[in-house]
Amino acid sequence: MIEQSFIYGLIGGLIIGSGAALYLLGNGRIMGASGIIGGLADGSARSEWRERGLFIAGLIGAPWLALLALGQTGETHITSNPAVLIAAGLLVGFGARLANGCTSGHGVCGISRLSLRGIAATGLYLMAGAISVYAFKHILGVI
Amino acid sequence: MRNLIALASGSLFGLGLLISGMVDTTRVQGWLDFLGDWDPTLAFVLGGAIIPMAIAWRVAASRGAPLSGGSFPSKPDQRITSDLAIGSLIFGAGWGLAGLCPGPAFASLSFGGWEGLVFAGAMIAGMVLAVPAKRLRLSAV
Repeated sequence: MIEQSFIYGLIGGLIIGSGAALYLLGNGRIMGASGIIGGLADGSARSEWRERGLFIAGLIGAPWLALLALGQTGETHITSNPAVLIAAGLLVGFGARLANGCTSGHGVCGISRLSLRGIAATGLYLMAGAISVYAFKHILGVI
Repeated sequence: MRNLIALASGSLFGLGLLISGMVDTTRVQGWLDFLGDWDPTLAFVLGGAIIPMAIAWRVAASRGAPLSGGSFPSKPDQRITSDLAIGSLIFGAGWGLAGLCPGPAFASLSFGGWEGLVFAGAMIAGMVLAVPAKRLRLSAV
């Protein structure tokens, strides 16, 4: 039996990939979330602020509108521990920028063009993520 | 044209992240919990996302230029640098700890509560801190 979450995962994934395909074929850009956000945050992409700002407006606005239209509330189930939130946020932002990409850039856009760097990065962050969950959930019991 | 495409791409990205469950931290942590109660959903998300993008790379290779002009990004230097390796390990550790990566962190901002805002704020701070860190590493070698 196929679980419903797999179907939603596949459909959602196809939509994510369509967004990335449109960004590439339309604007000639790699749809990498950390690159688009980070370039605005550190000022390195100041000349593209309008394009990137609109991308981010869609990224935040579309889920908001969809939930509003469906009369549903979204739920991230994220921890309420401030120390964990801050530590994890710093690690995610710092690491993704140091590596020049995250799940969308290296994972979706990199693997799909058989980029060795994208495949290596994805293998490493999946491994680190698995170790992190094992350590913080099963050993330390923080999450 | 460029701006409209960017808005549409961002909207598709956000909708896909919402529908796929990538904004649900328990699902992400369930996917990374290989030694516990493993949830394979994210394999379907990544697999699904790669399909249209693999087609897009093929189309890009056969076309001269993007719709709104300019050129397609060339394949970067394929060396596995220490920045790539160390950065990916740091990123993965944080991804496992909270269950959010940069795209979903933003896609869930409208409904993620104060926790989502704190995470996104810390993430942006981490992104800015990576700039001097990269410069220091470059000047050290």
